[in-house]
Amino acid sequence: MANVLAVLEQRGGALKKVSYEAVTAARRVADGLGGEVHALVIGGAGVASDKPGAYGADKVFVAAADALSDYQADRYAAVAAGQAADGYGAVVLSATAMGKDLAPRIAARLGCTLAADVTDVTFDGGVIVTRPVYAGKANYTLKVTGSPCVISVRPNAVAPVQQQRPGAVEAVTPESGEPRARTVEIKQPEKAALDVAEATVVVSGGRGLKEPENFKLLEDLANALGGAVGASRAVVDAGWRPHAEQVGQTGKVVSPNLYFAIGISGAIQHLAGIRTAKTIVAINKDPDAPIFKAADYGIVGDLFEVVPKLTEEIRKVREG
Amino acid sequence: MKLAVCVKRVPDSEARIRIGADGKGIDESGVKFVLNPYDEYAVEEALKLKEVAGSGEVVVLSVGPDAAQETIRTALAMGADRGVLLKTGSLPLDPLPVAQALAAELKDGGYDLVLFGKVAIDDSSHAIGVMVAELLGLPCVSAAARLVVADGKGTGEREIEGGVEVVEFALPAVVTADKGLNEPRYPALRGIMMAKKKPLEVKEAGLGAGGLEVVSLAYPPERKAGRIVGEGPDAVPALIEALKNEAKVL
Repeated sequence: MANVLAVLEQRGGALKKVSYEAVTAARRVADGLGGEVHALVIGGAGVASDKPGAYGADKVFVAAADALSDYQADRYAAVAAGQAADGYGAVVLSATAMGKDLAPRIAARLGCTLAADVTDVTFDGGVIVTRPVYAGKANYTLKVTGSPCVISVRPNAVAPVQQQRPGAVEAVTPESGEPRARTVEIKQPEKAALDVAEATVVVSGGRGLKEPENFKLLEDLANALGGAVGASRAVVDAGWRPHAEQVGQTGKVVSPNLYFAIGISGAIQHLAGIRTAKTIVAINKDPDAPIFKAADYGIVGDLFEVVPKLTEEIRKVREG
Repeated sequence: MKLAVCVKRVPDSEARIRIGADGKGIDESGVKFVLNPYDEYAVEEALKLKEVAGSGEVVVLSVGPDAAQETIRTALAMGADRGVLLKTGSLPLDPLPVAQALAAELKDGGYDLVLFGKVAIDDSSHAIGVMVAELLGLPCVSAAARLVVADGKGTGEREIEGGVEVVEFALPAVVTADKGLNEPRYPALRGIMMAKKKPLEVKEAGLGAGGLEVVSLAYPPERKAGRIVGEGPDAVPALIEALKNEAKVL
């Protein structure tokens, strides 16, 4: 019998959707191990902590301090590893930009196994994880034999499930010590952008957009859908879009509910990055483009005519 | 300035992946292997830092099979000075044993900076560099898209959700490289010729097994065949209808 620690993620004091995914995955492991789920919320004073119970957390530990309001690698690692060292069988977190940095730090501090960026977690005589490799061209099924272990779960891969537990909140005093590396500034972009790896809708564009300015069309569509803009490797390499938006094996692997590939032909490495998207829509003027083989729905046509019309219709649906 | 770069031999991103007969690994025959693309940024950054410093050494390390010597030679052809291969039959999927082997090798090397690619495009753990830093007790900036090193200190910039984090640290340190850090050079013919003569030490890695046991390796489930809903803007209502009522994603 061992408990499971779910390390949650907040932004601006509110828990992110990925946090409930982590609690849901932790619940599955804890049910297998016959233990409890303890959520750990790290953040600034007044950080939210009321919801994890609804998703299956038996207890919620809150480590709140001004120095912890934004992610600080060493401080967060010290707090999380400090809590995790308290006899937990597993530590679960989301494989976001923060989780990808934090998970290996916790695993190294505990000297334990890391199952990184898994797309499924089950229990069958032990913890079983699904681990895509080669950007999703193949999937490992792995039995986690290391104990304790750290598991990071790909955003949008495990749907949050409501299952009420006490979720009693308990404050813990963060002992984060002096950081080895210090975050001195967080530069915010002019417009707060949603990370393509976490967005539930992604609208990606490629060479077919012809010019960087034309991505405005995709931004409008993404805004109408409440989604993020992504980009193919070709347009990132050409300097049209920041590399943070690149989708594919050499960029980000994404699992949104809805993915639009617009003016993207569909290179192997791009397709590998979108394989776990729930629904894929392709818009391309070339009916033979490989992207149509990967797509659930396709429109053959000039994107400069199709996309504005699509944005207009989506706005009607959203408003209606 | 003494720099180390840790690199990995991976299948080319355009390679077709076939699963081997045992159903637990890939069939490597006919697969083109390359220096992990993110490691190219790490090698380039190390070479640039050495050039700016005016003197020093760039050592390339890898954990992998014998064939990873080729991968190390690629980095030597770019301009690194010498290589070390920690030889192992197969790499465990648990990053801890690999990080432990690298940390043990780097520990007393007197390196000012240890660079990695932020992720290997085969198993995509995003872990080894960060773990090595933790095991060595060094400051670490992961996924750095910008790096300035001077006077025993460094500043790295890394993308986080919705912004860029600026991180300061003192050397020695570990940095993992993201795309955008630099534009990696191509090995010139002269570099390739010289690389053949550069020292490359091979030793046994002696890796632990790690805590992840392979049950199976399988192709992902086939996606349900899609359909073209129509041509041009007139097809938009049919698409909206399908997304709303069929896929139920609107």
